[in-house]
Amino acid sequence: MIDVGEVTHDSADGVRIDMVSAERLDGMATMEKIRMVLDAVHEGNIVILEAGLAPDEESKLIEVTMSEIDPDGFSGIEIETYPKSSSDPSLIDRLVGGSSTSKLTVIGPANRIETLHKDESLISALVSRQ
Amino acid sequence: MGEGETMGLITDIRNSVRRVTDNLFDSGEPKRIGIYGPPNAGKTTLANRISRDWTGDVIGPESEIPHETRRASRKENVEIKRNGKTVTIDIVDTPGVTTKVDYEEFVAYDLDEDEAIERSREATEGVAEAMHWLREDVDGVLYVLDSSNDPFTQVNTMLIGIIESQNLPVLVLANKTDLEDSNVGRIQNAFPQHDTLAMSALEGENMDDVYDRIAEKFG
Repeated sequence: MIDVGEVTHDSADGVRIDMVSAERLDGMATMEKIRMVLDAVHEGNIVILEAGLAPDEESKLIEVTMSEIDPDGFSGIEIETYPKSSSDPSLIDRLVGGSSTSKLTVIGPANRIETLHKDESLISALVSRQ
Repeated sequence: MGEGETMGLITDIRNSVRRVTDNLFDSGEPKRIGIYGPPNAGKTTLANRISRDWTGDVIGPESEIPHETRRASRKENVEIKRNGKTVTIDIVDTPGVTTKVDYEEFVAYDLDEDEAIERSREATEGVAEAMHWLREDVDGVLYVLDSSNDPFTQVNTMLIGIIESQNLPVLVLANKTDLEDSNVGRIQNAFPQHDTLAMSALEGENMDDVYDRIAEKFG
């Protein structure tokens, strides 16, 4: 769970959303990011990552999520990010300092987020209370 | 560039170098081709179709219940003969990838609660196993989609991104063209950067083209 100091709320009040900046993510190792996301999601929170996760990190996130699914409680995550466009920079572009390939990513408990619509440029989701 | 991006870049470079050296010093070993995609896309039906066409055997049971395949299974030394050339591949049929598994989903298919819980536990292990194979143990990917479903899903976005980041050759297969709602164009629009072939593994439609492309792509 993301440490936000003394601020606490009963989750019955509503849905908590943690928005994590690209700068904060930059300083974290892969497992730190995954732990931060899954701890928050286990608490019923929604996490928005300004810079998203690298493909390898997404792969590990799926693996760790699977290991934590429990028939009596946690059923997994809902994650949404925009599809990669064909015009994304190549490896060479990235080597010479091309623009970032990172994209905004929203992650939450599977039983609380329902994707209503998704295409190349729009994601529409319904977030429910517990 | 942040630490995460730097690490990603290093991984990209390492994978690129590995694949170049693999090609330079090709040992003649069969390429391992993973069949990936979301649950119920028809991956095992395709694996069985390829295996039956070229070896006479099948790989695993097919079912309408999601997560019928809960362990990756391999059929070795499948020899595909095209235009006088023989391409030898190992076919790896993998469990459908998802970010969530709810055992109640299986109860809806008339499984009792204990069976549903056991199936969901095996399904989660299978998905983790599939991800591990993708990162470590496959040389190319057949990405299978049900062409009657919307391809703009997160699992597809993430898996295609992971496959691209590993620099793996990939052929997108728009399966189930025998269904009335099949829409191959929607899949081509979703992944314009990749070759897409329409096919029906169940009916065997367009399999000649699929084998031609497998031989070109992975031979």
